[in-house]
Amino acid sequence: MNINGVHIDDTFAEAFNMRGTRVIITAQNLKWAYHAANAMTGFATSVIGCGVEAGIERELTPDETPDARPGVSILMFAMGSAVLMKQLETRMGQCILTCPTAAAFSGIEGDKESVTRINLGKHLRFFGDGFQISKLFGGKRYWRVPVMDGEFLTEETTGMVRAIGGGNFLILATSQPQALAAAENAIEAMKKIPNVIMPFPGGVVRSGSKVGSKYKTMFASTNDAFCPTLKGITNTELSPEIESVMEIVIDGLTEQDIRKATRVGVAAACELGAANGIKRISAGNYGGKLGQFQFHLRDIMSEIAS
Amino acid sequence: MSALTFTLKTNPKQSVDMSPITPNLLADKTLTEIQAMLLQCGNQKLRADTLFDITGSDAKDVVIHSSEKLNYLGAKLERGIITIHGNAGAYLGLQMKSGTLNLHGNAAAFAACEMTGGLLHIHGNAGDFLGGALPGDRKGIRGGTVLVTGNAGDRVGDQMRRGMILIEGNAGSYCASRMLAGTIGVMGKTDAYLGFGMRRGTLLLFNSPALSPTIQDCGSHTLPFLKLMFKSMRNLPSKFAQLENNRVRRLAGDIAVDGKGEFLVFGE
Repeated sequence: MNINGVHIDDTFAEAFNMRGTRVIITAQNLKWAYHAANAMTGFATSVIGCGVEAGIERELTPDETPDARPGVSILMFAMGSAVLMKQLETRMGQCILTCPTAAAFSGIEGDKESVTRINLGKHLRFFGDGFQISKLFGGKRYWRVPVMDGEFLTEETTGMVRAIGGGNFLILATSQPQALAAAENAIEAMKKIPNVIMPFPGGVVRSGSKVGSKYKTMFASTNDAFCPTLKGITNTELSPEIESVMEIVIDGLTEQDIRKATRVGVAAACELGAANGIKRISAGNYGGKLGQFQFHLRDIMSEIAS
Repeated sequence: MSALTFTLKTNPKQSVDMSPITPNLLADKTLTEIQAMLLQCGNQKLRADTLFDITGSDAKDVVIHSSEKLNYLGAKLERGIITIHGNAGAYLGLQMKSGTLNLHGNAAAFAACEMTGGLLHIHGNAGDFLGGALPGDRKGIRGGTVLVTGNAGDRVGDQMRRGMILIEGNAGSYCASRMLAGTIGVMGKTDAYLGFGMRRGTLLLFNSPALSPTIQDCGSHTLPFLKLMFKSMRNLPSKFAQLENNRVRRLAGDIAVDGKGEFLVFGE
């Protein structure tokens, strides 16, 4: 399969069951909503080292937010519900409670079967030292915690759902700037897709990993098959002209969301075409043995035509 | 199907317990059975059809042409709509759980007493202890919304625990007395001893109140949570649905007890 001269590998991305939640952050203006959201989703690139993978999903206009202020929605994913709940509360306490004018609200509603309610501001209220005030509007409980800038307002809970993490694709190019340009192009397009985040810096990861290592203490190490500087001395996946590989990892709420994001991202990466050094699109997997989901690139990209 | 309508034949000399006349209790009854229902009137039990002309068939939509002699109208209402034309006696909507109760007239004391849910709309005045607790009980209204287009008597929301009471007119003395939580709004004037023994809860005021010494000024503030509150009121058939400005003067008290209650005074 070829798109704009870019070869699409007959391979698949392998993804995992995760737990996901959405939080709506509002503030006096977008600038402060972003300060809060950037702090909350900072150091959240990979569950391996950060506990959660998190990112900003999109901007929200005042008529989309509960308190009619500008805001952003963030998505947060973890391998299990316990770690997600712990990380959410920690990050709420350190990043939202502390941020001037910021407020936090539930971003996922639904019936009890599909959505589990988890604590958002339920325990943060104790920061109020007895001066906190609870208000119940439309069946939802909110907490008003007196702080030095006025009042910190938060909903008591948000929704947690079953989600998917680890969708991905690789961009193989003849130079590093070209690979990065294609990745940036892809991220710009994928940012418009709801229900997904690309958790790595700027949405792009350069240090794709394989399972295992020669060192006993490491359970993952550099993906040498895709390292361009090792082409001659390892069992490489790269053809001679490939000089740089960039990966985009996608976490999403449903399989369809990841498929859509992959489709849009790969299409955008291929827009630059072979003429600009973009040679191949591939994907990362573990032979299909570890993950519960497989996203076959050709299958997803053939949906464009249909 | 037309609304099941009860029209008083004559104003009874003694008060009538109307608690059996709710959509949930009439649901499976035929008109004949409803006519034969016994209602407590003073010290005797009377057939419903000796007191009322009963027409219609839709028990989910009950209409009562009432007088102040009818007590316990809409008591323990669980679903459906009751519309009352004329005045209502005491305990209107007592322990009401859900559904809608509309009164086109005035209510006597203890309306919305110990209510837990639903909407009680009084298109007229309410008596004392609106949203209060039964004598001896420790908690008043625990949920739901009460709208009063006219005035309310003394002790509005006495020992109120949750829910919302919105009064477009004036409220009598001891409004929000011993209040535990919830929201009371008074667009008109309030009388003496406002928030007496108030532990927690929010009082929305639109006129400067007369303050007890145990109510303390916390200054003027723009409170973001009010936007959420206004949003929750948007669909109510009340003047409160049009509130926009979230700039208020905040008074806190009653510091003789917990002191966590608040008066939010608009327009100051």
